[in-house]
This record gives sequence, C-alpha cells and structure tokens, in this order.
Amino acid sequence: MSPKRIVLRFDATIADQPIIYRLVSDFGLVVNIIKANVNPQKEGTMVMEITGEKNKQGLEYLRGQGVQVHTLTENIIRNEEQCTSCGACTAICPSGALYLKRPSMEVHFDSDQCVVCHLCTKICPVRAMEAHF
Amino acid sequence: MAIEKSYAEINAKIKEGKAVVVTAEELISMVDEKGVKKATEEVDVVTTGTFAPMCSSGVFLNLGHTTPKMKMHQVWLNNVPAYGGIAAVDAYLGATALPDNDPLNNNYPGEFKYGGGHVIEDLVARKPVRFRATGYGTDCYPRREIETNITLDEINEAILFNPRNAYQSYNCGVNLTSRTVYTYLGMLKPNLGNAHYSTSGQLSPLLKDPNFNTIGVGTRIFLGGGTGYVVWNGTQHFPEFLQTDSDGEQKGPAGGTLSVLGDLKQMKPEWLIGTSYLGYGASLSVGIGIPIPMLNEEVCRNAAIKDKDLYAPVIDYGEAYPNAKPGYLKLVSFAELKSGKIIVNGKEVPTAPLSSYPKAKQIAAQLKDWVAKGEFILGEPSQLLPSSDAGLKGKPLKG
Repeated sequence: MSPKRIVLRFDATIADQPIIYRLVSDFGLVVNIIKANVNPQKEGTMVMEITGEKNKQGLEYLRGQGVQVHTLTENIIRNEEQCTSCGACTAICPSGALYLKRPSMEVHFDSDQCVVCHLCTKICPVRAMEAHF
Repeated sequence: MAIEKSYAEINAKIKEGKAVVVTAEELISMVDEKGVKKATEEVDVVTTGTFAPMCSSGVFLNLGHTTPKMKMHQVWLNNVPAYGGIAAVDAYLGATALPDNDPLNNNYPGEFKYGGGHVIEDLVARKPVRFRATGYGTDCYPRREIETNITLDEINEAILFNPRNAYQSYNCGVNLTSRTVYTYLGMLKPNLGNAHYSTSGQLSPLLKDPNFNTIGVGTRIFLGGGTGYVVWNGTQHFPEFLQTDSDGEQKGPAGGTLSVLGDLKQMKPEWLIGTSYLGYGASLSVGIGIPIPMLNEEVCRNAAIKDKDLYAPVIDYGEAYPNAKPGYLKLVSFAELKSGKIIVNGKEVPTAPLSSYPKAKQIAAQLKDWVAKGEFILGEPSQLLPSSDAGLKGKPLKG
C-alpha cells in the first residue's frame, strides 16, 4: 500500500498530546513526519506520510481529537507580480513559510515550509497566493 | 538667522533642475549626521509615500451620451452598482461597492472577490468593462436601457475622488476574544494571536507634517501613479496627539485624513489595486506620495521623525472596537511594530502590516525623481488643513 500524504492542523489545546504515538501504538500505522511546526501560540501543523491498514481509523481518531486533516495534493504558489508585499499574510501563516525580510519589509515565501493549509489563499487581500493541483 | 524658504524660491529651483530632493528616510539619516539646521539649508523637498487599502475611494465617471439620449437612473459596471443620482450620464463608483448577487457574509466569512475597487483597477488596466444602465425615460432623455463594453479611454472623464485617504496614524488591531475575527485590518486570531497595523510609519505623508504646516487645499501629490491634488481635509479629519495615560506626554500625531482628487486616465494599475478582505468586504489599495517643502527648521525637524517616535494605539477589534468603547490597550511605536513583535497584556504578539513598505519606498523614490527632474512643481496650498489646534472631534450618531 502506497503511503498517504496528509496535512494536520491543531490548536494549543492538543499541542501537548501524544497523538502521533497513538497512531503507531493503537492503529499500527507507519508514520514519516516530513515537516512539523508549533508556532509561539502553540498551534501546530504537520505534514506526514502514513501507511497501514487502519489508515482510515487512525485519521478518524485524529479528527475526534479536534485535529484538522487534509490530503496533501496541492502546491501553494506566490504570484510575485500580483503580490504588493503588504505583509497581511505573514502573522497568519502557521508555518512561517510567508515572512517579512527586515529591514526591507519585503514578503518572502519559502515553499519548503508551506503546509498547504490554504489560509493565505483566502486572506491575501490581492489574491496573490494560489493553490495549484 | 532662522531659515525661511518660500514656495516660489523652491519651485524656481525645481524648474531649473537644481532642487535638492530626498526621501523622508534619507532625511532621517541626514539630520542624524548634520543636524536640523544644515539639513534645512541643504534640502528643498522631502518626499513621502504610502500604499495601503483606503476604503473611502471612488471614481466619478462621465460616460457620454447615447443616441437617442438617456438619463441613466441605475448603473452597473461589471455588475457592480454605481451611484447614478448625479446627472444624466454621470456616475460615482465606490471602492467598497459589491455586485448585486454577491453572497456578502451569508457564507461567513465572505470572500468579496470582486467589488468597486476591482472595477477601478480593471479600468486603469485598460480592460473592457461591461457597462449596463437603465432609465425611466423622459421627454429629453427617452432611451431606457443600454448594455455595452466601455474602456477608460472611450469615456469622457474619469476622476478619482477619494473623500478620506492617507490616515495620519492608524490603529494597531488585536483580538482579545476567543474567536477569530475578520476585520478591515485582516484576520485577527483569538487571544492576542496577532497584531495588524496599516501605516508606513516614518515614510507616511501625514506623520511627517504633524501640524499641517505645509499640506493644504491645492497641494500637488503623487496619486495612483499620476498627479493628483489634496482638495480638502478628508472626512473624519480629527487630528490630535496621542497621549500616555500617566503623564499626558504627547506621543505623536494621529487622526488627520485627506480628501484627494486626480485624473484616473493618468494613473497606473500597479498603484490602484482592487483588494478583498475575507469576512469584511472589497476595497482599493491606493498609492499616495506627498512632497514636503523644507520651508523652515520646524518643518524639517518634523519630517525627520523616526519610527521609534511615531506611535499607533493598540485596539481590541474583538470586543472594544465593534462596541465603540473608547480608549486603547497601549501605544506602540512603529519601530516596535516593524520589529515583528509587540508585548500586549504581558504576551508577545506577532505583528504584520497591511500597508506595503516596499511600495511606499517606491512612491517616495518616484516622486523624488519627478521633482528632481523638474517635472513636478509644488502646489502652494491656498488654505492649510486644520491641525490639532482646531480641536475637531468626531460625533457619535445617535439612534
């Protein structure tokens, strides 16, 4: 069975819970964490691959814990011509992929840090952040 | 002897291509190096800039007469309604106007993908815009409807007229509640998750002339990439100095606004950009740059104020702002805001701007270039705008 790539988002109330351990111990899943980040507000995001027969049950368990689970099938692209470098996305981006370079205050996008949460595509005032399948 | 320069003297130097022009950022380092007196002597004009969403914007359009003639009662551009209650073929399209079929916030938070600001951007970009109007028919204006494509160059006039732009200092928004709020300052995460501000600080036009010693009716400005004018004080122009609660010390200017006007046909799409705020609405991001003539040392000293000495009030947009509760949580300097974090109620809060500092820098540089090349002459105000001394205050609407 080929691994499934997923994106997890969770808030401060469960950031200290051993949810990944449960996936392994209770559901026998093989997990490979590609990226993980907990921001200063203790909100977490994680991109990982999971393999195992109880795949579905494992994801159900995560959702039951209040974790948002999305399939990673997209890439987020920054349309540099459209972006005005206003910065409105930078304190919202949960993984720090969108950030301001100082002192120039230009917006930069590090796609390796992106966890495809889609927040930037909705809150960018000029819709410069695009999801590509 | 105190230095005093007149508009006529400065303009004469500009026309000869001999004026010394620097941006407000460059003036700061110059004053640090040489002092105010020397800088006032050497510099003739200081340029400023700001680029941010400015809701109170819009465009007067004269569409031209049809055959037979028509009194356009209701008017739409790309399905966005414009105000037709002016004259037969004139309309005013506001930046925050939304299409009749927009879901608004019914599917909260609404996306507001296209509105008046976007129509203005499309017009300036010379894209064809679908124009539709209906009329009730009169003896002199018998035609009752029209639907056609227009472009900016095909219509008679397009005058950008923004009744309230270029806010002096603006609130820094935070959210003390436990739910996310969607505001005109962007998405504010619960429990002080982030702080958003919208002023270019030490480059921002009205922060560099805090007492309105130079800006007034007739001041010629950079507006949307073309030439525009300050035509009045903006609506809700309530200039004051922010004060600390304890000692009452003055903490920088706030509350001034401008009413600006210019020919849309001269403007450029990179300086007028349709903007959408999730859960709030549509707007227009506007580029404005104002030249400040170095008339005397006071003007120079003010134009050289730094980010660390300019302040914004931190306001809770979760509860206090919507309920019109006065006061603020604290004052923070633009130096702190630009550093990326501020402390509010003992918590470190990440900050982000809505106003583009890189674009503000480009505007100040462009205006500097125009003035230095002798292409942009200063407009001497026929009347200065009211300053904090005028004691203007906003009145709440009863009801």
